[in-house]
Amino acid sequence: MNSTSKPPLLRVDGLRTVFALPDGREVAAVSDVSLALNAGETLGLVGESGSGKSVTALSILRLVMPPGRIAAGRIHFDGQDILALDEAALRTIRGRKIGFIFQEPMVALNPVYTIGQQIAETLAVHRIARGAAARAKAIQWLEAARVPDAARRATEYPHQLSGGLRQRAMIALALCAEPSLVIADEPTTALDVTVQAEILDLLRELRASLGLALLLITHDLGVVAEMADRVAVMYGGRIVEDGPVGDVFRTPAHPYTQGLLACLPGTSDGRRLTVIPGTVPSLGQFPAGCAFAPRCPHRLGACDVAPPATTSIGADRRVRCVLHESATGVTS
Amino acid sequence: MTPLLRVSHLVKEFGGSGWLRQRTTVRAVNDVSFDVRAGETFGLVGESGCGKTTTGRCILRLIEPTSGEVTFKGTNLATLNSHDLRLARRDLQIVFQDPYSSLNPRMRVGAIVEEPLIIHKIGNKSERATRVAELFTLVGLDPAHGSKFPHEFSGGQRQRIGLARALALNPSLIIADEPVSALDVSVQAQVVNLLQELQARLGLTYLFIAHDLRLVRQVCDRVAVMYRGRIVEVAPADELFLDPAHAYTQALLSAVPRVDPADRTVRVVFDHEAYQAEPLREISPGHLAALR
Repeated sequence: MNSTSKPPLLRVDGLRTVFALPDGREVAAVSDVSLALNAGETLGLVGESGSGKSVTALSILRLVMPPGRIAAGRIHFDGQDILALDEAALRTIRGRKIGFIFQEPMVALNPVYTIGQQIAETLAVHRIARGAAARAKAIQWLEAARVPDAARRATEYPHQLSGGLRQRAMIALALCAEPSLVIADEPTTALDVTVQAEILDLLRELRASLGLALLLITHDLGVVAEMADRVAVMYGGRIVEDGPVGDVFRTPAHPYTQGLLACLPGTSDGRRLTVIPGTVPSLGQFPAGCAFAPRCPHRLGACDVAPPATTSIGADRRVRCVLHESATGVTS
Repeated sequence: MTPLLRVSHLVKEFGGSGWLRQRTTVRAVNDVSFDVRAGETFGLVGESGCGKTTTGRCILRLIEPTSGEVTFKGTNLATLNSHDLRLARRDLQIVFQDPYSSLNPRMRVGAIVEEPLIIHKIGNKSERATRVAELFTLVGLDPAHGSKFPHEFSGGQRQRIGLARALALNPSLIIADEPVSALDVSVQAQVVNLLQELQARLGLTYLFIAHDLRLVRQVCDRVAVMYRGRIVEVAPADELFLDPAHAYTQALLSAVPRVDPADRTVRVVFDHEAYQAEPLREISPGHLAALR
């Protein structure tokens, strides 16, 4: 992992999250996912729809609802075994030690309470402040999230705010209990590009001033490149490649990562874009072997037999691909 | 050479009527003028609420414009009666953003593609079936799948079906409103390339409405940037991206997250409060900007 001797803030090992189908069969949305995040570090979790990135995030907070369940793996956060905790202990982690920012603030915010009430309520639940002190603190957090005219905005309801302001309110809500980790699931996907840039600036600023670790889930490689220290690329429920963001994007090792970077507009000469043929597999239809094999230009016989193991390929880099398996250093 | 499509002084106002309601009107499209030349891809970009989608719909009169002219092949669409408008629309089609909501879930996809032919009374049953099979092949789908329903297809395939429907009547202009933004990144490129192949093969002209600036640069010949209902800049795509003149265009371009650190530029922040509408003027040949 990392050269530091301190254990990582968050460590996920061999996570497998399954969903039961109506016929009783179970399909894995997430398989054998391992990742680690140090205090103050930002990890970008990249993937397309159905890749398992959001289910991974929900699993970390044990928010996977039936028919889904965590079938295997270990999740350690700040010295605690998340999967062994009872609900009461979990509540002291959710929102308090791990903050959550969702894609669509209109859904995550409660429409019948004002922004200020929602932040004050969170502060009261976590016994940080109550009453007038909580209300004052709520305004301070809105100011920290660069909500203009915060005292007035605190008295407004979510629908009265623009998309960008709503996302700022959501960030204030996620940070008000001063968590050490924030999980942000597509925090800027619903926003316009200039608003996105402002929100990313804000996240960068608050991350630095509060020393936050950030798990940033997104499909936008540009956002990851600008925000993250490390990146993990998911496909078909597995992490297919991870490593320092600059290294992975400069010399991608997995054919999927290579394809994803190559098909971005502006990367190929002329008008035609480089294409990854085929479509993203949907849940329950992942192939037996490597999930990317049907679309892969380097497909071999071995690809269809079993999912490839994770191979270490240099400093802090891993890939899950038979092309790299011949090299030494198989870690799982 | 006269342009294929000329939009002049297009205005669309919403609101304003209604009993007991304030008579406030919003100009969603405000004095928009541009030309689209035959065979080119003309991009209309801007952020949500800038009026780009409303402009596209006003051209087809899916939304009635408040004023202004839309001249297509020499005919002013804005004044056509409904019969003539329907005839004109054969030549002027639209592909929508959302491949999930723009296809009727209860119709078989073959019937969806055939519908425009029936409405316009083209061919008999067997001729139409041949044409539908031809269209499926054209957009890279298996004609044998015509009896399936939309939900049996992926997003990318559904967008191909929407495209086949738009092509059924051999249009010369297609308004593509965010045609790939609902698709997965790895699938977007397939649909973008298909649009370009079809353009080369069928001599199509595109009005390409999008918010993804990276994509617009890749596919468009010329680009117009919209802000608060107005066009603030029009230029050949490369020139717009390399040498944006309007402060809003500069802000928009500088906000795009870059994968390659070498591409990163200093962010330009646009002062929305200080914005003042100016008329477009030519600052170099073919490059117009709303600057004083």
